[in-house]
Amino acid sequence: MSDPRRLLDCPVPQPPRRILLGHGGGGALTHALLESVFRPAFSNRHLDAGHDGAVFEVPAGRLALTTDSYVVRPIEFPGGDIGRLSVCGTVNDLAMCGARPLHLSAGFILEEGLDTGLLARLVNSMGETARALGVEIVTGDTKVVDRGAGDGVFVNTAGIGLVEHALEIGPRSVRPGDAVLLSGDVGQHGAAIMAARDSLGLDADLVSDCAPLWEPVAALLAAGIAVHCLRDLTRGGLATGLVEIARDGGVAIAADERAIPVSDPVHALCELLGLDPLYVANEGRFLCVLPEADAQEALSILRSFDVSAAAVQIGQVVTGPVRATLRSAIGGERVIHLQSGEQLPRIC
Amino acid sequence: MKFVDEYRDGELAERLTRRIARLQTRPWTIMEVCGGQTHAIVRFGLDRLLPDGIELVHGPGCPVCVTPIEVIDRALEIAARPDVVLCTFGDMARVPGTHSDLLTCKAEGADVRIVYSPLDAVGIAQAHPEREVVFLAVGFETTAPPTAHAVLQARRLSLSNFSLLVSHVLVPAAMEVILAAPDNRVQGFLAAGHVCAITGYEDYDAVARAHRVPIVVTGFEPVDVLEGVAMCVEQLESGRCEVDNQYRRIVRREGNRAAQAAVEEVFMVTERRWRGIGDLPESGLAVRPAFAQFDAEARFGPVVCSPEAETPCIAGEILRGRARPDACPAFGAECTPESPLGAPMVSSEGACAAYLRYRGSAA
Repeated sequence: MSDPRRLLDCPVPQPPRRILLGHGGGGALTHALLESVFRPAFSNRHLDAGHDGAVFEVPAGRLALTTDSYVVRPIEFPGGDIGRLSVCGTVNDLAMCGARPLHLSAGFILEEGLDTGLLARLVNSMGETARALGVEIVTGDTKVVDRGAGDGVFVNTAGIGLVEHALEIGPRSVRPGDAVLLSGDVGQHGAAIMAARDSLGLDADLVSDCAPLWEPVAALLAAGIAVHCLRDLTRGGLATGLVEIARDGGVAIAADERAIPVSDPVHALCELLGLDPLYVANEGRFLCVLPEADAQEALSILRSFDVSAAAVQIGQVVTGPVRATLRSAIGGERVIHLQSGEQLPRIC
Repeated sequence: MKFVDEYRDGELAERLTRRIARLQTRPWTIMEVCGGQTHAIVRFGLDRLLPDGIELVHGPGCPVCVTPIEVIDRALEIAARPDVVLCTFGDMARVPGTHSDLLTCKAEGADVRIVYSPLDAVGIAQAHPEREVVFLAVGFETTAPPTAHAVLQARRLSLSNFSLLVSHVLVPAAMEVILAAPDNRVQGFLAAGHVCAITGYEDYDAVARAHRVPIVVTGFEPVDVLEGVAMCVEQLESGRCEVDNQYRRIVRREGNRAAQAAVEEVFMVTERRWRGIGDLPESGLAVRPAFAQFDAEARFGPVVCSPEAETPCIAGEILRGRARPDACPAFGAECTPESPLGAPMVSSEGACAAYLRYRGSAA
């Protein structure tokens, strides 16, 4: 029989350790979550004003706008987490437009039962990443879905950036004779995620390359380099980036497999699973297409930043049919294609 | 990366192609048996580095491609049962059955899981005693030992909820069929190195003698394949027909005795249907009656193969090396990896997928 004195205890409400449906209801729980988790991490004058949206001044000129949604399992992985990913990814999309990132919005879809400690870590990680870049998260939203209707947490971010140059950066500006530069080794993010999933049981030294890319891009633009196209390499990897630039620019790209850096751990994982590292995801690598005459200066600028310290030229834009080709280590040539569906591990 | 880069060395590859050109005095047709070798050839453009008279034809060594449609349909039926977890290697998940494939079945709510080892499936069975865990066991002699070990492990753990849907096939039977065909063009073989790592190559002596063909056990890296071709051409030019081993760093003549013993304990040799090729005697493995409790066919009913339906897919011709993928009218047009008409366009080891992936539709 229970201690009769317990019956007299006044039940003091404790802050819940798990996300409840009520956290998305717009009532007291929602406000408590905003005040305890989001506001401290993101605090800035726009957000702190507590309006439905953010109102801000922008200089005259061109703006860039982009949005991306983030779903990743595991939510925290070596080298990052979904929070850092959701800031870097959107900032990088702006950077690829040659736009200085200004403000972000953040939308969260939380699954009932999510550990609030984990949520706080993700949100702090977003705040830290944004602050380091001088970017503000100025507006946001939180919804909660029933347990089983989500995968822990989904994040959407949108970003506005300022275009402070007159270049038309994109595949259509690419010309035969241009050099194709790659900012570093490929496949780290995808490999780290695969290794982090329990089913593989691997103890590998793999860390995501998840990082913001605006700094090296800003330096290229500040040096007056006539950048023709920038493309960050995310899902689908380097191969997809090359195919898309060739297709959308209506040009032929010839790349050299021997010039493409792949770290030993990524290479080993890919060999083991029968995957092609050129199709494995990245979150901190980009392609830069620019006039050949500027290639050496651009490489030395890129190499002065940690995130692009291993930048190399991997190929050229050439005249010929619209496609991307790869010269293999042995000397044979192959056409690069978009992959069909997911890369699946092979049988033997 | 050690053990990989040295076998992708451009200079070494060039030396080997020069050696092949020096050796060769007339045209030769050589078949690489394994889909992994086909991919290396197409990916690295090895066939284009060889002298004109050396033709490489692609063999039947794609386990996904030769798995009969009835096995896939049965896997789909079993997967659709609410009490079942169906485990498969990734390659099999997209292969079309008659009406669907395992990835679509998963999207419709079935519990289909891609595993990296049959032992992972045993682990799932151990963790979920209330579920029936079925492993779709496909592959050549290479994957049969881990499958056998999964059964032995399940028996050690006294699991009553683990079974195999078996479609293991054996390479020598397919080589015999190709060589016995009246219109056979294959004059030499590159045998599949990883299969021989398990089986050894003593069994190949009889094939080489009976059909007077050289057989070179060959690895999968570009330099391996080129060296295998050089060794094969050397025999052809000097009129020899022996079994030789290029893949000495992995393969021993007697193979892996422990792996062979596990396979022998769990499986027996049986007739199997090869998709696109037909019913071949002594060409596959079946679960021995002593292990019937781990046989999904004993649990869920036997797979019965009916005559193959007419199809625009020429997989049978391609798997026997009689046609190249780009000779098929459907290649890259009606048949693509997104909407494949046949398994060779699906599997990562399929010849059609290799041609489309590395060469494009204008191969």
